[in-house]
Amino acid sequence: MTGSGEGGSRVVLDEDQIARALARMAHQILEANRGAQGLMLLGIPTRGVVLARRLAAAMAEVEGMDIPTGSLDVTMYRDDLRRQPTRAVGHSTIPMSVDDAVVVLVDDVLYSGRTVRAALDALGDLGRPRAVRLAVLVDRGHRQLPIRADHVGKNLPTAANERVSVAFAETDGVNEVTITRGRGTQEAGSSDRVA
Amino acid sequence: MRHLLSAADLTGADVAAVLDLAEEMAAVQGRPVKKLPALRGRTVVNLFFEDSTRTRSSFEIAGKWLSADVINISAKGSSVSKGESLRDTVLTVAAMGVDALIIRHSASGAPEQAARWLAAQGSETRVVNAGDGTHEHPTQALLDAYTLRRHFRRFAPAGDDFAGRRIAIVGDVTHSRVARSNVALLTSLGAKVVLVAPPTLMPAGVGSWPVATSDDLDAVLPEVDAVMMLRVQRERMSGGYFPTPREYTIEYGLTRPRLGLLRPGAPICHPGPMNRGLEISADAADAANSLILDQVAAGVAVRMSVLYLLLGGVDEGPPAATRTRTVASVPERAGV
Repeated sequence: MTGSGEGGSRVVLDEDQIARALARMAHQILEANRGAQGLMLLGIPTRGVVLARRLAAAMAEVEGMDIPTGSLDVTMYRDDLRRQPTRAVGHSTIPMSVDDAVVVLVDDVLYSGRTVRAALDALGDLGRPRAVRLAVLVDRGHRQLPIRADHVGKNLPTAANERVSVAFAETDGVNEVTITRGRGTQEAGSSDRVA
Repeated sequence: MRHLLSAADLTGADVAAVLDLAEEMAAVQGRPVKKLPALRGRTVVNLFFEDSTRTRSSFEIAGKWLSADVINISAKGSSVSKGESLRDTVLTVAAMGVDALIIRHSASGAPEQAARWLAAQGSETRVVNAGDGTHEHPTQALLDAYTLRRHFRRFAPAGDDFAGRRIAIVGDVTHSRVARSNVALLTSLGAKVVLVAPPTLMPAGVGSWPVATSDDLDAVLPEVDAVMMLRVQRERMSGGYFPTPREYTIEYGLTRPRLGLLRPGAPICHPGPMNRGLEISADAADAANSLILDQVAAGVAVRMSVLYLLLGGVDEGPPAATRTRTVASVPERAGV
C-alpha cells in the first residue's frame, strides 16, 4: 500500500470536473426520484459525508428545499474487522427515520463493494427504507460483490495495483481525484483502504 | 488496549477515545435493532466472585449488543464453591477459547494477577477489571466521566469538559474502589477532586493522592460542580467506623436540607446500589439534577466501547494474514 511509484500520479478529475459531475448527479438523483420527496442522503465517512453535503447543497438549489443529509458509519459492519488492529469508529448522524425513506448512500470511490455491503447491513438495522440508492463520485471497477451504483460521477477503468485518491477542500485542502500507479494491490474501503 | 485493569493506566487520550466511542454506542440504545455485528464470534465471560446487578448485567448487555456470546459465571454455583483456586478457575475458563474475561473479585489485584497468569500461558484472552476489592473499578469511573461530560457539555457545549471543574466524592472512601478509580480518571481529565469523609473512612496515605480532602460536607457542597455520593459498604466493615447510621446521615448524608447547599443544577451521582436514607435521601436520589439513572444507561454504552476497543481487531503486531487469533492460541490453551 505504499505509493511507491510516486512518479506515476496523475489527476483524473480536477476541481471543475468534480463540480460538473456533482451537479449532474444531483439532477439525476432528483430526476430518478421525481423530486426531493422522501429523499435522505447518507454519506459514508469520511469523504462520502463531504460528498453528500455537496450533493445536498446542489439539490437544494434546484428544488428550493433542504434535503435531510447525514452520515452513516459502517466500521462495525465491515467484514475485515479482525484482519487488522482495532479500527476507529466514525460518527453517524441519521437526520430522520429511515423507515419508508428513499436513502441515497453516498461514497467517494466504489471499488470492491464491501463498504456498500456493510452500509446496507447498517441501514437494515436502523429501519426499512422504501428504497436504497447508491451514488459515488468514482467507480473504479473490480467489484467483489454483486453491487452497482445508481449514480456515478465518473467511471474510471483502473488496474488493481493503481490507487485512486479523492481529495476535497473540506478534508484535504484541495479538490481533485488522482490515480497513482503502485506496486501492491490497493485494498478497497470507504476512503481507499480495506475490505 | 490489551487489558483494562486500572483507570490509572489510562491516559487522557485513552479516556477520550473510550468516551467518544461510547457516544456512538449510545445511539444503539435508541434503535429498533439493538445490535451491532462488530464482535460476532467472540466470547466474553463474566467471572463474578462478588455479587453485582448493574455491572454484570450491563457487561452482559454490552457484549450481546455487539453480537458477542456472553456467559455468566458466578462464584455461587460454580467450582469455586468446591474450593477451586482463582488461578485454576481463570485458566480453565480461558482454556475454553474465551476472548475476554470480565472479572470481579473481593481481592484487590485479582484481575491483574489473572492477566499475568494468562500471559504466562501465552493466552490471548483479554481481562477487564469489573471491581477488585478496595482497589479499582475502572469501567465505573469511565461511565461516571461519560455521564458528567455529557452533562457539562449540555450546559457549556464549547467548554473544556473537566478542566477546572470541582467534583466532590463523598462518603466511605476507604472501602471504595469507585472512589480510587474516579480520583485517577477525573484528575487525569483535569478536574479537581475533593474527597469528603469522616476521618475514620478516609484512607491512610490519602495525603499522597492528587486531591483535596475535607470532613465538612456543608462547607464543600456550595463550591463544587458535581457531587458523587459513595455507598456505605457495610459488608466490608467490621464496625466502629461511625457511631450510628443516623449520625452518619446527619454528618455525611445528602439529605434534603443539604440539597439547597448545592449550586443550582449541580448534578448528583451515585454508583449504586444506594442505601436510601443512609448516604443519600430519596429527595436527592430522585431530584431533577440526579444523574443516577443516566449513569446506569451510560454503563452499557461505555462497556460496549471498552469491549470493542479490546476485541474489535487483531492485536497490534504482525499483520492480518500471519495471525488468526483463535486458531493460533487454541493448541496452547488446550494444554493448560
